[in-house]
Amino acid sequence: MITSNKMKRWIGWLIVLMILLLAISFLSLMIGPVRIPLTKSISLLAQKLCFWKSYPLENTPAAVILFKIRIPRLILGMVVGAALSSAGVILQGMFRNPLVEPYTLGISGGAAAAVGLVIVAGLSGTLTQVIPLAGFAGAIGAAILVYFIASSGGRLTIPTLLLTGVIVSFLSSSLIMLLMSLAKGEELHGIMFWIMGNLQETNLSFIITVSLIILIGIFISFLFARDLNALVLGEEEATHLGIEVERTKKILFILASLLTGVAVSASGVIGFVGLMIPHLIRGIIDADHRFLLPASALLGASFLVGADLIARTIISPRELPVGVITGIIGGIIFIYIIRKRKVEFRW
Amino acid sequence: MVGIDKDILLEIRNLCSGYKRKNILKGIDFLVRRGEFWGLIGPNGSGKTTLLKSITKILPAQKGNVFYNKKDIMKIPAKQLAQKIAVVPQVSVFHFSFTVEDFVLLGRIPYLPRFYLEGKNDYRIAEEAMGLTETISFRQRRINELSEGEKQRVVIARSLAQKPTLLLLDEPAAHLDIRHQLDIFNLLEKLNREKGITIILVSHDLNMASQYASQLILLNEGKIFARGSPKEIINEENIWKVYGVKVKVTAGIKGNPLVNLFK
Repeated sequence: MITSNKMKRWIGWLIVLMILLLAISFLSLMIGPVRIPLTKSISLLAQKLCFWKSYPLENTPAAVILFKIRIPRLILGMVVGAALSSAGVILQGMFRNPLVEPYTLGISGGAAAAVGLVIVAGLSGTLTQVIPLAGFAGAIGAAILVYFIASSGGRLTIPTLLLTGVIVSFLSSSLIMLLMSLAKGEELHGIMFWIMGNLQETNLSFIITVSLIILIGIFISFLFARDLNALVLGEEEATHLGIEVERTKKILFILASLLTGVAVSASGVIGFVGLMIPHLIRGIIDADHRFLLPASALLGASFLVGADLIARTIISPRELPVGVITGIIGGIIFIYIIRKRKVEFRW
Repeated sequence: MVGIDKDILLEIRNLCSGYKRKNILKGIDFLVRRGEFWGLIGPNGSGKTTLLKSITKILPAQKGNVFYNKKDIMKIPAKQLAQKIAVVPQVSVFHFSFTVEDFVLLGRIPYLPRFYLEGKNDYRIAEEAMGLTETISFRQRRINELSEGEKQRVVIARSLAQKPTLLLLDEPAAHLDIRHQLDIFNLLEKLNREKGITIILVSHDLNMASQYASQLILLNEGKIFARGSPKEIINEENIWKVYGVKVKVTAGIKGNPLVNLFK
């Protein structure tokens, strides 16, 4: 039967993507200033998982590096990559354009400005949830601002939307620079480090909060996969297919802002992940959002973990912000898509 | 009274509708019975497309009501309405590269709960729709690779996958050559006669409309200027009054009025 064939193909690809994620994850656990061999990582992980708290954790440097540094970083890379790609899928589906994503729409910038504000105000230490909440608030503020400015002329067009996104990004980065010039020494360092996009975060309860919000956000987005399939036909046609377009758009906007805001609050501004990954999956495998969403989340996770691996090893012992790597790769792909779309109008 | 007529599918009462700054429809009353084939004609800006959009809730009425099967459409959830009314738009823009089959399956969206993949029944209905529109032979091809005529048949197939009782079409053949125009109109006739689908068709082509539609509505400046059989509507006087064009109406081969344009 045809249904099961499509299903089989999807599941097959999802398994491939999971294996890829697993492989990259182990690589990122092994490689670094201190090399931890594969067997060692696996045995340490097995110990931790099997004996959990009943067994005192081995107190070797390898174990400390693995559990205190590399695993938190790996988890953060996975959820941030997945969140940004999923937000990209949602926004691209809503606006029927492959150049739209959290970064190009200024949503990441808005989130960053709000988080910067909270850090400078000295509120960051109060509660684990304050920072992600600030990220979400900034993201949704920027999203609403961009949407209303871009659609104020009556009809919303993609160039206006992108241009407005760029302007909101400029505004946000000016605000961040203002905050930085007002900040005291240690805060300044905190903002600087975070703003460039990096995954060094060791506060476990923060990582768990962020991961949970992102996983829930992706799950809810998945429930709207069919609505996104209808929306790519256009808003009127989606209405003809029984979608309550205005309500659905609001929910999707909130979801994309939530995913972006929380990801940015954890890792700073990491651009273009949400642009590249969905484009790649759509082009190579399938454009159906029921597949596109989970597949992009998986590939986004692998991509960011891989990019982070490059960022922290390429000029070792020093580290690059991972945003630099994604920015360079993503910028090139952005230009490529623009050039290609002149010739043919297809995703 | 018309209110107790069981065959009434769509009833439009004193409908006023339009856009923010522009009121286009000024009091439309219109009854459609099951199985009818209506043609909507009229000059540009007379409100044909606005009327279609008002029937599908794209444009909410400013005054008056639209009833589907005696129920006010504003009170019918979008999903339920999509199981009854399907629309073939004037132009479809394909931003994506779905295969023909996947595209037709999108017509099953109103019937599927959130979590379900299309089942056997959905595939059967999609296949039937592709069979009727003769698109099944290229079901695995990408929609962007098709010719204009093929694309339009695929769009009609998707609307048929919705299993509609009422099919609305907005100039479905406007961009096609005469052969593909005939294909589309013959298909509509078949759907109307064999499947009992009620059709409302917007057309600029007076001769096509009068050949295929059993009844016509002539719109002018947001009002119904005349309604009736093609023979009653298509005459030199009406066309002069509405379009401001002098034409010669003769009898066509099948006895339908035929509009002849001349310099």
